[in-house]
Amino acid sequence: MSLVELREVGFSYNENDTPALKNISLSIESGDFVAIIGGNGSGKSTLAKLLNVLLIPSSGEVIIAGMNTAEEENKWKIRQKVGMVFQNPDNQLVATMVEDDVAFGPENLGIPSPEIRQRVDRALKMVGMDGFQKHAPHKLSGGQKQRVAIAGIIAMEPECIVLDEPTAMLDPRGRKEVMETVEYLNKEKGITIIYITHFMEEAVLADKIVVMNQGLIYNQGSPAEIFQDIAGLKKVNLDVPVVVELASGLRKAGISLPGVLSIDGLVNNLC
Amino acid sequence: MLIEVKNASHIYRQEQGYKALDNINLTISDHEFIGLVGHTGSGKSTLVQLFNGLIKPTEGQVIVDGIDITKDKVNLKEIRQKIGLVFQYPEHQLFEETIFNDVAFGPRNLALSEEEIYERVKEALDLVGLDFEYFKNRSPFNLSGGQQRKVAIAGVLAMKPEVLILDEPSAGLDPRGREQLIELLDYLHHQQGVTIILISHRMEEVARLSTRVLVMNQGRLVLDGPPEEVFSQVERLREIDLDLPEITEILWRLKEKGINVRTNIFTIPEAVNEIATELRRLKPC
Repeated sequence: MSLVELREVGFSYNENDTPALKNISLSIESGDFVAIIGGNGSGKSTLAKLLNVLLIPSSGEVIIAGMNTAEEENKWKIRQKVGMVFQNPDNQLVATMVEDDVAFGPENLGIPSPEIRQRVDRALKMVGMDGFQKHAPHKLSGGQKQRVAIAGIIAMEPECIVLDEPTAMLDPRGRKEVMETVEYLNKEKGITIIYITHFMEEAVLADKIVVMNQGLIYNQGSPAEIFQDIAGLKKVNLDVPVVVELASGLRKAGISLPGVLSIDGLVNNLC
Repeated sequence: MLIEVKNASHIYRQEQGYKALDNINLTISDHEFIGLVGHTGSGKSTLVQLFNGLIKPTEGQVIVDGIDITKDKVNLKEIRQKIGLVFQYPEHQLFEETIFNDVAFGPRNLALSEEEIYERVKEALDLVGLDFEYFKNRSPFNLSGGQQRKVAIAGVLAMKPEVLILDEPSAGLDPRGREQLIELLDYLHHQQGVTIILISHRMEEVARLSTRVLVMNQGRLVLDGPPEEVFSQVERLREIDLDLPEITEILWRLKEKGINVRTNIFTIPEAVNEIATELRRLKPC
């Protein structure tokens, strides 16, 4: 069975509004790194909130590790399996010291103190923030804050982390830090990642991309497959990575090139 | 409107000893489109707050149209009307019950007639692409983030500034929202002659729009020139760990591998043309 399964899911915030999601079916396997992209209002954040029971579908079902999110008794078990990181790091940090912040989740799970200590240290190490235990969160950079927020989720030992535009408010350096952390958690620690983003150069790093448009799945596939459809992506209000567009232009100009997604890939194929 | 910064340094009171700005000298003339880039903490936001007197430098002078605004008893209200500043995430500062009143807030403080205020609000909402009749009586809080951003920018435009400063105005917008913003800035610059100062981490945006790029690093102004010139200082930019526009990065990497392309190109069609021409020259078909 898939870790995350959406079966014909629809969702409306208000009865009379156009539905934010219409009939979405999607499976995500354990260990996957899936990027979800789409313009503003495409339904991607709504989809994310359905995954850890912040929202319950209006129609259809969301099944996480065999548990239906609509059943109240599953709520906390699901939230322990699926952690969520949001856009604004300042809204997610609650304590005055980094280690207290990271300990907040496991404390609520009723984990004994010595184990919490271990989990906090381990989680901070995993996001590259070891040594910041006693620091004040508000004095950290955006990228560091976001990594502390991720550590707080990791300390609950989830199988899956959903990140809803975690880099939207960060500078390029902070973006890089968060992306490297996410890739590490997926590749080295086997945590399933569902990553919502506006940045195509981040989506390219996923194993699979789901493209949302107006509450529907417009397309899904590997980054190479998704970014072949330049005209289609632009139509649904998305960017195409510069490299991909440049490569497509060169092909049209008669230069033979395989599909490339990175600057390295392009440069190596041309030289 | 001429803005001159002379030997300006600034130290924030709570960060004794750390120079947020370190001996800045700079003149900004009419109709320039300035792209201001640098890492977080490099001093960009502090610098732009000098221009309209929100921050007084701890040393040095800021002279706007011949008036030293660091002196006491200067009419800063007038300066701030002429030099509009759109902060980061300006939508967090919306507060009125209707969009009309939010945009009208600035002009009302100028003691203009109601007719003039009405005209200005209408014009500002038109400029940012929000239908006046549809939006005027709505609450700004029921809008999407992108629309809220537009309302906030309209509030500054309604002051009819001669200089418009924007701090990361496209952060968090989707491609369509970004494109609309770029078109607006281009229009204000070319059609209305507004001087624009744009702080951005998006180098493509800066390269495409600016007539002049300023690079800040650790409180200092380290590069200043047209985009072609600044983005050709590849070694210097890499040294301070600042990204190049992606197209520039690709062209440089090709050049370093012996494909002799020009690197002062910032659009995809031109880059395609340049690379294709050079490759054909190297390996004639």
